[in-house]
Amino acid sequence: MIPCFLCRCEDVLAAEVDHAIDLGWTTVEEIKRYTGLGTGPCQGKECLPLLAAHLAARDAAAACALAPFTQRPPAEPAPLAALAGTSEDPTR
Amino acid sequence: MTRLPYGSPTTPLPDEVDVAVVGGGIMGLATAYHLARTSYLRITVVEGAYLAAGASGRNGGGVRMQWSDPNNVRLMMESLRICRGLTQELGINLWFRRGGYLFLARTPAQADQLERNAAMHRELGADTRLLSPTAARAIVPELDVTGVVLASYNPHDAVVFPWPFLWGYAARATAMGVAIRTHTKVTRIEPETATYRLHLSDGTALRTDTVILAMGAYGHDLNRGLGIDLPNRPHRHEILSTAPLKPLFDPLVVDLSTGLYASQSLRGEVVAGVTLGAPDLDAPPEPIDTTSSLGFLERIGAALVRVFPRLGPVSVLRQWAGPYDFSPDGDPIVGPSPGHPKVIQMCGFTGHGFMMAPAVSRLVARFVAHGIGDPLLDRWSPGRFAGKPPARPREVMIIG
Ligand SMILES: Cc1cc2nc3c(=O)[nH]c(=O)nc-3n(C[C@H](O)[C@H](O)[C@H](O)COP(=O)(O)OP(=O)(O)OC[C@H]3O[C@@H](n4cnc5c(N)ncnc54)[C@H](O)[C@@H]3O)c2cc1C
Repeated sequence: MIPCFLCRCEDVLAAEVDHAIDLGWTTVEEIKRYTGLGTGPCQGKECLPLLAAHLAARDAAAACALAPFTQRPPAEPAPLAALAGTSEDPTR
Repeated sequence: MTRLPYGSPTTPLPDEVDVAVVGGGIMGLATAYHLARTSYLRITVVEGAYLAAGASGRNGGGVRMQWSDPNNVRLMMESLRICRGLTQELGINLWFRRGGYLFLARTPAQADQLERNAAMHRELGADTRLLSPTAARAIVPELDVTGVVLASYNPHDAVVFPWPFLWGYAARATAMGVAIRTHTKVTRIEPETATYRLHLSDGTALRTDTVILAMGAYGHDLNRGLGIDLPNRPHRHEILSTAPLKPLFDPLVVDLSTGLYASQSLRGEVVAGVTLGAPDLDAPPEPIDTTSSLGFLERIGAALVRVFPRLGPVSVLRQWAGPYDFSPDGDPIVGPSPGHPKVIQMCGFTGHGFMMAPAVSRLVARFVAHGIGDPLLDRWSPGRFAGKPPARPREVMIIG
């Protein structure tokens, strides 16, 4: 079988997601934590729909809650220097 | 029946157990593991969401023996000793990396504190060294030490990846017969003549002799239902990680003036947080807030680039937040509850419960399974807030 990547940033295979489900993880939040899926530079923009589709195709969607994991800022990677030097004095 | 190693929403629960642990964070899981290891008690862990949903899945993974209170230094020397062999004991890679902790002092008062700490640490056998700013730069060449007057460094302090601790403790506990039920909240604790009845969100109930409340900052509602009013208060603490970089610095660096802490993970990301306010300890507990703010990014951007100028162009990949569990006197709240000696509290660890858990869980398990006390448990007693608070020096090295 050709290995199928669900998360390219963190090299997570569909087979690894299946393994996580077999171990009892039932939600997208748990699968993310156990496999690392969605924790790379794209922050889930690419892999989250693939994971949802994979769970649905596996018929795991009933057991696995399909709610996406919490989306966090920044939407795009942002440099520290740009974030600094705005409204606050950190030395206060 | 073989149980799933990390618990599940369908783990069968017996009608009756000896010890019910509420909360599947590091405190609850590690304590269940030690109870199973050292007793024949029937044990269950009930977690309202998933393992690592609370502070234990959201923290910075800093593990250090550099504290101002000798009790905390001794406890953390023990915890670090346990961590050294814990990957083998739990059979899972904890990413335990001893790169040390480097504290930077910018004022005479901060420098005094580091000097007092180091003298006391050496008496206890902890290898803490005072360094000039130049010597600090020899350890972390990327540092801008402008304005730094003194540094303290302990090479045995460490950083870990928190999640596998939970999986390791959970899998070992499960293998020894602990039933871990996830996605099931304890909605009410009903006292019976000599036992407690835990009402669960799936409509079932569980009878237990002893309850361990390992709910971190989340315990107020269940406690109040029992007439227990504890003074710990939740406060949002934010943290971030950057894009991965080649190895840039070894120790976790703390700037005492801003409450900045920054470490580099084994994956190369810089993980950093900073002090941002404190809860009103006299007000009723606020609901737990784990949202992210721009104010945090601004503040930490400035604090981090000041210490590591070369990080300016480095991008923040992700920010998140979790609850600090502030205790009014800086000490955790651990042990039998006032009026309910069989309800054992494990909370109030502010921002350093993860590192203490490997040692604290052993103390609590020994107390619950065998009735063996410890001076630390006396000091941390939940009953200490009734009446006049005991006068004692306060831990001052709480960061973030
Ligand atoms: C951003 C951040 C950084 C930190 N950095 C560090 C650090 O570097 N080093 C360090 O040592 N510590 C650090 N800490 C502190 C550390 O994370 C905590 O002290 C520790 O994880 C507390 O563990 P716990 O098991 O007591 O609580 P938690 O991990 O919060 O676990 C409590 C559990 O109880 C569950 N629960 C709640 N209500 C119910 C209910 N009704 N029924 C069933 N279950 C319920 C929750 O879902 C949760 O899983 C940090 C904390 C934060 C937020």
